[in-house]
Amino acid sequence: MTGALRLEGLAISRLGVPLLALEAEVAPGTVLSVMGPSGSGKSTLLAAIMGTLAPGFALAGRVWLDGADITRLPPEARRVGILYQEELLFPHLSVGGNLAFGLPRTVRGRAARLARVAAALAEIGMAGFEGRDPATLSGGQKARVALMRMLLAEPRALLLDEPFSRLDAGLRAQVREMVFERARASGLPVLLVTHDPADAAAAGGAVVELG
Amino acid sequence: MRPLRAAPLLTLLVMLGPVAAGLLGTLAPALGLFPALGGTGPSPAPFAALAAWPGLPGAVGLSVTTGLAATVLSLVLVTLTVAGWQGTRVMAALERALSPLLSVPHAAAAFGLAFLIAPSGWIARGLSPWATGWERPPDLLIVQDPWGLAMVAGLVAKEVPFLLLMTLAALPQAQPARRLTIARSLGYGRVTGWLKAVFPSVYAQVRLPVYAVLAYSMTVVDVAIILGPATPPPLSVQVVRWMADPDLTLRLPAAAGAVLQLGLVLAALGLWRLGEIGAGRLGRAWAEGGARRHGDGVARALGLGLAALSAGAVIAGLAGLGLWSVAGLWPFPDALPAGMSLTGWARHAPGLAAPALDTVWIAGAATALALALALACLEAEHRFGLSPGARSLWLLYLPLLVPQVAFLPGLQTFALVAGVDAGMGAVILGHLVFVLPYVFLSLAAPWRAWDARHATVAAALGAGPGAVFWRVRLPMLLAPVLTAAAVGFAVSVGQYLPTLLIGGGRVQTLTTEAVALASGGDRRAIGVAALMQTGVVVAGFALALTVPRLAWANRRGMRAA
Repeated sequence: MTGALRLEGLAISRLGVPLLALEAEVAPGTVLSVMGPSGSGKSTLLAAIMGTLAPGFALAGRVWLDGADITRLPPEARRVGILYQEELLFPHLSVGGNLAFGLPRTVRGRAARLARVAAALAEIGMAGFEGRDPATLSGGQKARVALMRMLLAEPRALLLDEPFSRLDAGLRAQVREMVFERARASGLPVLLVTHDPADAAAAGGAVVELG
Repeated sequence: MRPLRAAPLLTLLVMLGPVAAGLLGTLAPALGLFPALGGTGPSPAPFAALAAWPGLPGAVGLSVTTGLAATVLSLVLVTLTVAGWQGTRVMAALERALSPLLSVPHAAAAFGLAFLIAPSGWIARGLSPWATGWERPPDLLIVQDPWGLAMVAGLVAKEVPFLLLMTLAALPQAQPARRLTIARSLGYGRVTGWLKAVFPSVYAQVRLPVYAVLAYSMTVVDVAIILGPATPPPLSVQVVRWMADPDLTLRLPAAAGAVLQLGLVLAALGLWRLGEIGAGRLGRAWAEGGARRHGDGVARALGLGLAALSAGAVIAGLAGLGLWSVAGLWPFPDALPAGMSLTGWARHAPGLAAPALDTVWIAGAATALALALALACLEAEHRFGLSPGARSLWLLYLPLLVPQVAFLPGLQTFALVAGVDAGMGAVILGHLVFVLPYVFLSLAAPWRAWDARHATVAAALGAGPGAVFWRVRLPMLLAPVLTAAAVGFAVSVGQYLPTLLIGGGRVQTLTTEAVALASGGDRRAIGVAALMQTGVVVAGFALALTVPRLAWANRRGMRAA
């Protein structure tokens, strides 16, 4: 269980031009859906929370996570997980390698790490997939591996950048259900960025409009 | 973090420092400042000595005419070919045939061409005696002809693959398929439509490579020694002759000649720029004139025919080199040698083993340094969000635009004055000046095209910038990194002048050895040396292609790019 994700007076501008401003609090286990047309700054908002804003953007306000101010932390120290539209599995690593990449160093020893990866695969119904090439997986399998890789890193919040918009209708509901279910079970605050009202409805949380 | 931030500056220093120092070192003796010869004040003597050389007008004329002719021909040929065949299967085949030729060193290609077109070459043999009646090689000056035609042909054969690949790389940004479709739906022929609707955008992007080709063609030394006229030679060759002369006083006209050569290149570049403006005006008037067809069929056939001819000449030339290296007795009109033997290799290869090792060592070291600097620059760009402007591209091209013969003599003079023993290390740094731009240019596009969200995902998984670089980005970009390394390696292996002038004649590579054989005319020795030179480069490319395939044999996602 972790604490809330809080955006306190967050305001982003680019070269002096205000882009967006947001005040929000996402409680553990709940989803905040941010909606808006393309160009309304949804991806910029995620980059600000991740700590990957490009130079030229100016950020005012603070990002709080679990009671700590993470606004100035480097991305790798924030423990904020992110899932994109594409799964972005590392193509040079095996399925097991991708999961092991996410596994913290605190899981020590080769055997222990392998066991943890195997258990994670079993958990998503993909036992024995360690050696597989990620490029050979089905869309649903890729989505599950990407989610599990993220969860193994023990994030304290989850950002979703239109993660379902590329999936076809049948798979979409299924993957969406799985992601929200997992996030709820882990007690993670989730920030979902989407342009699809159905995603927001399925998330069942508060909705804010950008732009 | 600090060292990485300094990487771009260090790279510029390593690349442009020698150019600037060399230019100064050339300019000073040209103005009479050469303490070793008692020249302590400005004097017009060096330029007077240069002007007194009777071959000067001819040498200057050759430099300008061969350079401009080779550049115009290469550009026209490439443009016609791409205009006529872009997007077709023929184009794909041509690209596959021409890209490997980019790796053939200039000297080897020039020797191959010489073996082909010489009076006793393959073409004459193929036509004799049945068509020509020649029982003995005719007394014709085909290679090293006084107009430099053979030299222009050799340059075109090597510059066409380069310009073609540059054009194809620039093409997607011009949206050729859509523009051509629109032009054709308006009734324009394929070639005419392409030239009017696509070419202007493409040319704007290949302008710097074209300038580099012009500067190179005007001042090349190794190709000129092999294929160019000897009395007088092009200016650059004469400068090198004076530099190599044990009589130190000849350094003065050499320096003056190098300065003149730089002036000639600058003037030619200016002339070319004026030509661009003029051609642009005419082109706009032509485009607005609305003419739909200009012999498209002929243009397509001509483009393809000439491109195939230029590729065929290099390939046949290499085959000729190979055959000569193993030929036994091979009297004149016979098209093939009477017998094969490895005597040529047994006699000449052992002597080339040491230069071959030095070649690999110099090229390997220069490439490793270039790769480290280029990767550091690109990584700094990524981490600190630096955005390189158009100016940085000009800086990268600067070492390719300033003629080698204008600043390398200056570096040698510096070493001489400072009493520094220019050894292997200096030669490696000299090669680095030319290897760096190519490595950077080859690596930058794929490196920047990498989907940076992979870095964000890795960071979200707890990976710091170092881990992202070593564990995600570098492995994912292994293939382009190795390709860039192979390109850099090939550039270094092909260098003639930096080895000769910076090494002070004491560092021997396969290229300097091969070019030194040019005057002797021992075809078996030349065949062996040129093949070894080509072989080293080809081995580099073969390695760059195989390693990623083996490393990622079971990763389909790594094969797409």
